[in-house]
Amino acid sequence: MQTRYSFGGDEHLLAEVAEEMSLEAFFKSLAMANAVRESRIKGVTETCPANASFLVKFDPDMIAPDALLAEVKALEAQADKAEAVLKTRIIEVPVFYNDPWTRETQMRFRERHQDPTSTDLEYGARINGFGSIDEFIAAHAGAPWFVPMVGFVAGVPWLYQLVERAKQIEVPKYLRPRTDTPKLTIGHGGCFGCIYSVRGAGGYQMFGITPMPIYDPEQRIRYLRDFMILFKPGDMVQFTPIDRAGYDQIVDDIANDRFEPRIRPVTFVLEDFHKDPAGYARKLEEANDGH
Amino acid sequence: MAIDVVNPGFATTVQDLGRPGYYHLGIPLSGAMDRYALRAANLLVGNDEGDAGLEAVFVGPELRFTSDATVAVTGAELPPKIDGEPCPTWTALRVRAGQTLGFGVLEKGARGYIAISGGIDVPLVLGSRATYALCTLGGFKGRKLEAGDALVVGAAKRPAKEGKAVPEALRRRLEAAPELRVLTGLYWERITAESGKHFFEDTWKVAPEADRIGYRFRGGRPLALVERKQPFGAGSDPSNIVDSSYPYGSIQVPGGTEPIVLHRDAVSGGGYFMLGTVISADMDFIGQMQPHTSTRFVSVDMRQALAARHDRAQMLLRLREALG
Repeated sequence: MQTRYSFGGDEHLLAEVAEEMSLEAFFKSLAMANAVRESRIKGVTETCPANASFLVKFDPDMIAPDALLAEVKALEAQADKAEAVLKTRIIEVPVFYNDPWTRETQMRFRERHQDPTSTDLEYGARINGFGSIDEFIAAHAGAPWFVPMVGFVAGVPWLYQLVERAKQIEVPKYLRPRTDTPKLTIGHGGCFGCIYSVRGAGGYQMFGITPMPIYDPEQRIRYLRDFMILFKPGDMVQFTPIDRAGYDQIVDDIANDRFEPRIRPVTFVLEDFHKDPAGYARKLEEANDGH
Repeated sequence: MAIDVVNPGFATTVQDLGRPGYYHLGIPLSGAMDRYALRAANLLVGNDEGDAGLEAVFVGPELRFTSDATVAVTGAELPPKIDGEPCPTWTALRVRAGQTLGFGVLEKGARGYIAISGGIDVPLVLGSRATYALCTLGGFKGRKLEAGDALVVGAAKRPAKEGKAVPEALRRRLEAAPELRVLTGLYWERITAESGKHFFEDTWKVAPEADRIGYRFRGGRPLALVERKQPFGAGSDPSNIVDSSYPYGSIQVPGGTEPIVLHRDAVSGGGYFMLGTVISADMDFIGQMQPHTSTRFVSVDMRQALAARHDRAQMLLRLREALG
C-alpha cells in the first residue's frame, strides 16, 4: 500500500492509504493518524482518521505545507512496520430491527428507493443473497464491527463488519437522499453501516433503531457526562437484537438514568483474525459476554 | 443586561470564531461564516475579536435593549435602524435602554454581523459559543433565535467610541460576480481533463441550497468522470469514493452535476469525490454570496494560495491598527 498525498487548499493534507476499503488500509491509516497526533508536529491543529485515509488540518503560518508533507511521510515507514494490533473496546449496541419508526420513514420516501415494493430490510436481504430478513439480521448481528471513522455530523460512527470480504453486506444508498431519518437509526450504504446520532437527512438503507443515545449535547445521560460523543475511531461495536419490550425497557432506563452500555476492553490482532475470521469474531463476541 | 428578541429575522444565530478540535468526531468548526466581519464588529464595540455576536442571514432581527450598549453591524450591507432611524454599517452605534435595533432591506451580501459591547453571553460548549444547529449544539439553546428569546450580554470590557468606523479601504468589497480561487487536488483525477477545463471556464450560480453547511452551485456543464472499476467499499456511482474526511472549502460534485463547497458547519466526511478546495483566503467571501450570484472558480497553486492568505492577514493587521 503506497499512500497518496494531496493538499486540500492551504490548510489540509489528505493522506489516502488505499483506494479500496480493507482492514489493512484502516489499520494503517489509523496508525498513521495516531502517529501524526502523537508526534505533535508544530502547526498541526487536527487529525481526522477516516476509513482508508486520514486528513491533517494545519496552520500554514506555523508550518510550510511541504515541511508538513515531509513530516507526515516520515511517519509512514513507522506505521508500515507497526504490528497490526489494536487495544480497544467493544461496545454492545442493542438494536430493534424492523422497527415501526424506520419502516414508517421508508414508506414516506419509497419513490426515492431502488425497489419501492419492498422494505429496506427485504431489499438488503435479497440483493445480498439471504433467504429471509431473519437470516440477514442474524448476519448483521452475527459478527462485530469496527468504527474506522466518526463524523458526517456529530458522533456518527461508520461501521465496517469483521467478516471476509465475500460476506460483507453491501447495499446502494437511496437513489436520492431522504430529508428525514429517525434519530438512532441503524443504516447501511456501500459496505458501511452507521448509527444516525440525530434526526435528519440521510441516504443509507434503514434496518432498525437503537434505544441507546450516542450523542448528548446537554451531557445529561450518565455515560455521556464526561464527553457528549460515545464513539471514537478504533472502537468496536456488537449489535444485539432486541424486541419491542426490550426497546421500551431501555428507553425507560435511559429516561431514569439507569442505563449503562456494556463496554469491554479487547485486543484485536489482525493476523489472528485472518487465520480464522468466523472463529475470531466469535471469540470477540464472547469477550463481550464477559466469559 | 439582556436583549429581547422581538423578531428573529430569517436565520439569526449566535456565532464566535468557532470550535476547533472536534472535527474528527464530526463536530465542525462552526462560527461566523465571514470571520473578518465578525472580528471588525467586535473591535468596533470594544470586544475581543472572538467574542460572540449575531450572524443574521438576508433579514436582520429586531432587538429591544434593556440597558445601554454599543453595537456595530458589519459584513453584508444590512442597514441598521435604531428606533426606525437609519444608521451606518461598519460603525460603532450607541443604543439606549428601551430602544430597538432593527434593520432595513438587505442591499448587498448575505450575512450581517451584529456585535454588542460585552458580547453575547451564552454558555461555552467545548470552548466556544458558536451555534451548530444541525446537532443542537452551542449558541442559544443550540438553535437559531426565535421571537421571545432573551439574550444575556456580558459586561463591557473596554470603552467603545460612538461613531468610530472601519475605514472604507478595510471594508470588504461585496462584488457582484466574485471569483473563488481553488487549489485542485484531493480526487481531481476522477474527472476528465476536458471537464477540468470546463469547471474553470463555466459560470456557476449559487443555488438556493446554500447554507452554513455548504454552498451548492449550478449552471456549469456536468463533469465527466473517468471510467474505472469502483474500488471495494466506494459504492456504485462513479462519483463515489471510499468515505473520507472532507476539508473545509472542499468541492464535492455528487453525480458530476452540482458542485458543493463545504463551509463552517461542514459535514466532516462522506463518500463523494472532491476536485479541490477553495483557498482559506476566499472562505469569508462565500458567506456573503446570495443565491443566484454568478461566480467563476479560478485555479491557483499553493504559492498563490499562501500569498492570498498573507494579504488577508495583512488586512486584518491594518484593521487592528485602525481600530486599536
